[in-house]
Amino acid sequence: MKLFAKIRKISYYLPGPPLSIESNSNNCYHASQDEIGSDLAFKATLKLFNEFPEIDKCEIDFLIVSTLVLDYNSPTTASVLHHKLGLSSTCGTIDLPQGCSGFLYSLSVAEAMISIGNARNVLILLGEVPSKAIHSEDIVLRSIFGDAGAAIVVSENNTKAIGKFTFATFGNGFDFLKVERGGGRNPIDEAWINKYSDQVNQLSFGRIEMNGLEVLRFALKEIHGFLEQTLVKNGLKISEIDFFIFHQASALILKSLQRKCNIPEHKFISNFEEVGNTVSCSIPIALETAAALGTFKKGDKIVLLGFGIGFSCIGTVIEW
Amino acid sequence: MEIDDFIIAIEEEFDNLNPGDVSPNSVFRNMEGWSSMHALIFVALIDSKYDVLLNGDELKSCVTINDLFDITRLKLNGGAAKA
Repeated sequence: MKLFAKIRKISYYLPGPPLSIESNSNNCYHASQDEIGSDLAFKATLKLFNEFPEIDKCEIDFLIVSTLVLDYNSPTTASVLHHKLGLSSTCGTIDLPQGCSGFLYSLSVAEAMISIGNARNVLILLGEVPSKAIHSEDIVLRSIFGDAGAAIVVSENNTKAIGKFTFATFGNGFDFLKVERGGGRNPIDEAWINKYSDQVNQLSFGRIEMNGLEVLRFALKEIHGFLEQTLVKNGLKISEIDFFIFHQASALILKSLQRKCNIPEHKFISNFEEVGNTVSCSIPIALETAAALGTFKKGDKIVLLGFGIGFSCIGTVIEW
Repeated sequence: MEIDDFIIAIEEEFDNLNPGDVSPNSVFRNMEGWSSMHALIFVALIDSKYDVLLNGDELKSCVTINDLFDITRLKLNGGAAKA
């Protein structure tokens, strides 16, 4: 018997009241001093279980976590969250820290796990606190990124609701958007802490460094063709797609890609103005926000396209 | 490709510009409230309108709107390595 997967439920959590940063038109949210990514993911999960009591946590048989600020270098943050959530001891756990592509990478693994019969219900947890790795003088970054958590359950389904995935990596762009320090290559040392003693957490999670021009050029150069590949792989034409949800990178990138890909405004879903760029959480938050507004009807085809740090791209088409 | 169209597109793209604010000799970095974000808007606009993707060195070499127009036209006509 052929097995299929479907996004069953999405909940998300935004910490605190919205902040309006400097002259920018978009809002964003910042976690409190003592919260990190897994805390926001945990709160989103409690919300999910509360909003959808039909989801039995004992039936979660695989957990995937994507966050750029891990609880520990080892063990996985998925293990930590598995314990906090009291999931079954038969539940598998992995971390998949793939930045802005993290949700779709996790979804691709969840879909594969289910369609080969290795899992029936996969919980994807996303938690991002970019605000803790941004220097106070990095005005552009502060105006773009926001913190959030999201919890998504992907379950077995009778019909195919998640299409084929396309992947791309442009590793030569790894240096243009990264969290500097904090890894094994260039660990944080005393000089770093002293240099940033006036910053939140002394930038002890590292500092986000972005070459905005190269990130924009990557998006303009690669995403249009990548969308085309995703459509071709799924046997669809652009006119057959009801909605498009791209990673909510920035207002400029979204506007530019909408133009370049010739996507009608009413089909191009964006909530960047409300929450900013919430890294891996951006697509599920945009998806759930639009769903809550009644945007989708059964059978709608929705392109989901993630891209970011790496540089990485991932795309698929889901059926609502 | 005409410079008048290029200038109109720029004036339409920036909220704080009105028709007639920009001329070929305008030094774009002297625009009111100029920031690095404005440079990105130029790059995105030129890509969108002419399918020409400027790189950092090309952008740095430009001072006036006419410089931007010239380098865009040159790349459009295959006069420089495609970015």
